[in-house]
Amino acid sequence: MIIDLPATTTSQVNSKLVHLREQGGANTIGRVLTLVIVTDDSEKTEDTIDAANYASREHPCRVIVVARGAKKASPRLDAQIRVGGDAGASEVIVLRLYGPLSSEGASCVIPLLLPDAPVVAWWPFEAPASPAKDSIGRLATRRITDSAADRNPPKALEVRAKGYEPGDTDLAWTRLTLWRALLAAALDLPPNERVTAATVSGEADSPSAELLAAWLSSRLRLPAKRVKAKSGQGIVSVVLERKSGNIEIDRPDGAVGTLSQPNQPDRRVALGRRAVRDCIAEELRRLDPDEIYDESLKALNKVDRGGRTATPRKKTETPKKVRAGAGT
Amino acid sequence: MSTRSWQNPLRDARDKRLPRIAGPCGLVIFGVTGDLSRKKLMPAIYDLANRGLLPPGFSLVGFARRDWADEDFGQVVHDAVKEHARTPFRQEVWDRLAEGCRFVQGSFDDDQAFDNLAKCVKELDDERGTAGNHGFYLSIPPAAFTKVIQQLSRTGLADQKADEWRRVVIEKPFGHDLVSAKQLNKTVNDVFPEESVFRIDHYLGKETVQNIMAIRFANQLFEPIWNSNYVDHVQITMAEDIGLGGRAGYYDGIGAARDVIQNHLLQLLALTAMEEPVSFNPESVRAEKAKVLAATRPVRPFEDSTARGQYTGGWQGGQKVPGLVQEGGFAKDSITETYAAIELAVDTRRWAGVPFYLRTGKRLGRRVTEIAVVFKRAPHLPFDDSSTEELGQNALVFRVQPDEGVTMRFGSKVPGSTMEVRDVSMDFSYGHSFTESSPEAYERLILDVLLGEPSLFPKNDEVELSWEILDPILKHWATHGRPDPYAAGTWGPTSAEEMLARTGRHWRRP
Repeated sequence: MIIDLPATTTSQVNSKLVHLREQGGANTIGRVLTLVIVTDDSEKTEDTIDAANYASREHPCRVIVVARGAKKASPRLDAQIRVGGDAGASEVIVLRLYGPLSSEGASCVIPLLLPDAPVVAWWPFEAPASPAKDSIGRLATRRITDSAADRNPPKALEVRAKGYEPGDTDLAWTRLTLWRALLAAALDLPPNERVTAATVSGEADSPSAELLAAWLSSRLRLPAKRVKAKSGQGIVSVVLERKSGNIEIDRPDGAVGTLSQPNQPDRRVALGRRAVRDCIAEELRRLDPDEIYDESLKALNKVDRGGRTATPRKKTETPKKVRAGAGT
Repeated sequence: MSTRSWQNPLRDARDKRLPRIAGPCGLVIFGVTGDLSRKKLMPAIYDLANRGLLPPGFSLVGFARRDWADEDFGQVVHDAVKEHARTPFRQEVWDRLAEGCRFVQGSFDDDQAFDNLAKCVKELDDERGTAGNHGFYLSIPPAAFTKVIQQLSRTGLADQKADEWRRVVIEKPFGHDLVSAKQLNKTVNDVFPEESVFRIDHYLGKETVQNIMAIRFANQLFEPIWNSNYVDHVQITMAEDIGLGGRAGYYDGIGAARDVIQNHLLQLLALTAMEEPVSFNPESVRAEKAKVLAATRPVRPFEDSTARGQYTGGWQGGQKVPGLVQEGGFAKDSITETYAAIELAVDTRRWAGVPFYLRTGKRLGRRVTEIAVVFKRAPHLPFDDSSTEELGQNALVFRVQPDEGVTMRFGSKVPGSTMEVRDVSMDFSYGHSFTESSPEAYERLILDVLLGEPSLFPKNDEVELSWEILDPILKHWATHGRPDPYAAGTWGPTSAEEMLARTGRHWRRP
């Protein structure tokens, strides 16, 4: 059910919600958090709401979409309430803000936050330089940004690193979870040797590749190399060098990864690029600060970015060839 | 899994989002053509792969009598996954899984077939990198257990080595009485040490069942009233509306008590009644469950404290259904009960004097599983008698399925000019749409088998203690009387009502 409330106020929205609850039964019971999505009003807004609805199946929540409309207009708040089938398993309140209101999202959001429940803020596209200092970000325990959606992703990552406050997280980091799980699982197995070098190869502007190299630098205490791949999307390969042989994950086609370890046959694993909806569902699972993300952000400047491009590697090639390009 | 003192630098306890992927391994399923395998096991394996929780190179071997090649088996798995998987079907994920599907044809007493299986497993180690870690899932009739376990032993498939694990997974029934259960445990333990045995009680993999421990032990609210000072009785119900058509081979001679009470309901009782464990590591939790089961006993005389029934034909939910003895395969004079209700006592300070009523049945009103903790009435009510006529007893109800959630029932004033009090419900509901996305029980359990995580699997002492509780009742029933008839679609025989009415109580209508 979709209810439109044009040119309205938040107290009218609240009254409507109470009315819907009384009329329609338990629509707002059992919500575990409020998800505030801050975006510009555009055709991309619906996709974002879709992703939130999908995630809400795991975490029943109230979704408030702050959609900034035309700045040069008279101040107006249009609200739209979606419950039941049109809202997945959550309830969605879309607030379209016009004129000077468009930068006053926080004032419209505060009255609609669920009592007692934590708040999560998500900027699916452009994000403020310091999310924690943003007026909506201040209301939230967890702040989700997406540097891959920024115009200049590697620069965006640096901005994140500078403005990091506990509770910040970025979808470029979430997209790494399966890669990190595979690498950690590969290192669980004998021989338990130190990793002596690491190389991450990926698309030129992939923030996930940067973060992966940073994470490896931080955890392995060495300058991981970040090389730009000539072809392939996202992260193309990761190599961990050890005395007895390398651990490699190659994913040239953006879909299937091949894990190679010494004395083991190659193993293939589905390693597709994760959709936003799955990333959001993962982000909502824990609302405490992600210290490992923090440490990885701080390690971005430890990554060795020599500027070489990697040639697509055959299995028999050893990374020593790549390292032979001396200097940084 | 890192069991060594060497610390994996890529793992950190603070890295809470990093999932635990099982180490390289494979799974062999015996009885792979059965219903359980098609509807639950294979889809669960796909869902695990889709969530990125299976190791690269994971391989699945089917063992059955069919004349199939690897590709035919792959097709069977594909169809089962397409029809029953919880997560969306993704071709890339399926393709990786399909690469690891193998099939070995044979019957359980066929030595050659098991030799082929051993060879296949070795090939998987060499080609797919399953690293010698293999689980054997026995989805087979109890009569075949001994043979299969012996074959696994003979072929060396069950050999435990320092850096390889071999685990066996068995489904209920775990025997049909205490003696046979002990015998079964011995048969299995002769070949597989107890830490390599994983008994599936799929209820323990359910979110709502695990939530019982979360609610009891994470909150301050409930612990103070969770004892005989405040609790009047506990009712644990598992009702199904389907009948037993086509399952006579399994059910006749077994009955509802052995089928459900011995495993699911006693596990639910253990979780409800246990003392708080000092931590959630497996040993601590199992110690508390075993302790409370050891303190649980049936209540004599059994004529008064138990009831059993057998459904008769009639109209249920808009359909005409046959009675049990009219179903194919059941003896005309069968005394197999399709409804069983028993009273148990837990001899601890916490629960002395609080009856635990467990009931289960087929062809009852609707499909529901719930645990209801019913509290005593207030010792003094300052209201008029008429004001509180409709006030029942406070209750905390765990709805295990369907409509998963927790309900509190308490009295509240009816709006109006008089002080009239009536029961209302305060609800926490996962709701149907929420647990759609929560992992299925079998996903959780299969993952835990591959990870070697034992918390959610009853150990042999729990199984034997459960039989010790039930055996006296079963012996009594075998030699005294027969089940009472009840019409399909109702909530059981009148003897069940009388069982509770003797102490002034009544069954909830769930």
